[in-house]
Amino acid sequence: MSGGDHDHHHHDHDHCEDDHCDDPTHHHGHDHGHAHAPPQPDDRVSSYHQILGIALKELLIEKGVVTPEELRAAIEKRESASPADGAKIVARAWTDPDYRRRLLKDANAAVAEMGVPMTTTHLVAVENSPAVHNVIVCTLCSCYPRELLGLPPAWYKSRAYRARVVREPRAVLAEFGTKLPPDVEVRVHDSTADMRYLVIPRRPAGTEGMSADDLAALVSRDSMIGVATAKAP
Amino acid sequence: MRGPNDVGGTPDGPVDPEPHSLTFWEKQIDALRGVIGGKKIVLTDENRRYVEALGDDVYNTLTYYQRWTAALSRQMVDKGILTQDEIDAKVAEIRARLAADGELDVEALAKERL
Repeated sequence: MSGGDHDHHHHDHDHCEDDHCDDPTHHHGHDHGHAHAPPQPDDRVSSYHQILGIALKELLIEKGVVTPEELRAAIEKRESASPADGAKIVARAWTDPDYRRRLLKDANAAVAEMGVPMTTTHLVAVENSPAVHNVIVCTLCSCYPRELLGLPPAWYKSRAYRARVVREPRAVLAEFGTKLPPDVEVRVHDSTADMRYLVIPRRPAGTEGMSADDLAALVSRDSMIGVATAKAP
Repeated sequence: MRGPNDVGGTPDGPVDPEPHSLTFWEKQIDALRGVIGGKKIVLTDENRRYVEALGDDVYNTLTYYQRWTAALSRQMVDKGILTQDEIDAKVAEIRARLAADGELDVEALAKERL
């Protein structure tokens, strides 16, 4: 284990299932609103940077650089974006050959057409086939098609994933339970601040005649990152 | 020479696929970064450059959103939006407030290396 990421995100996340449980600003900030149970030991602020983050937020609100309303809207937007948005795009591509062509040719336009605009970065859709399996990563940081998939999972940002998936993608995929035949070519796409990718997984066998809505339920987040295949019906 | 973030192709251990959900604090930092980015005050590349500039030791010690927070603090000072004195005073004020309310994990804070 060479990186700190891994150990630390355990430390930070494991104790807290409730997303609101360690938010000290929830009772003191400008945007509090409801009664809160007394702080439990694990709710307490345990790092300097957590205090620093609260300080920056409060100062930037005081100076009018950001407003509490903008922050609240941004959090709501993050909580509402989910892999369901990406899944409906994949399901449409599976069922509508013209849409599939448009998605592969100009992904930004094709996702906007589905009501999920991605306006700040270039988007490229990459399609799996019997011969090719695609997987995405951001080796330098954490770039991810958030508009289509929601916030990235912790492992996507972990040092272990970023370091290894470009060197030994088959081994990493196997850790996710995805074993690829040796004759399948694996293509790893490294995302940047300006370019993001969406994997179109293969449509599972036995799904002929299924509606796009039913198909979308088979398209997991991990299958659109490329560490898994779509679920069987 | 590689920056501390430039880890592609280097050895590491198994990937932990557990879906850790973000704490509210982490979501707030993510949202704060997003709003500041949306106003074009700090661009995505710029944020990454500041995170890289934290150096190996800080980068590898801090968690993901702690790095973003450290980077944001430096960006706000460099851009003249906040001063270091203002930030330090506000940190002291919040620390005192949390301590008075019993919401500070003093032992954990004392163990922090950075």
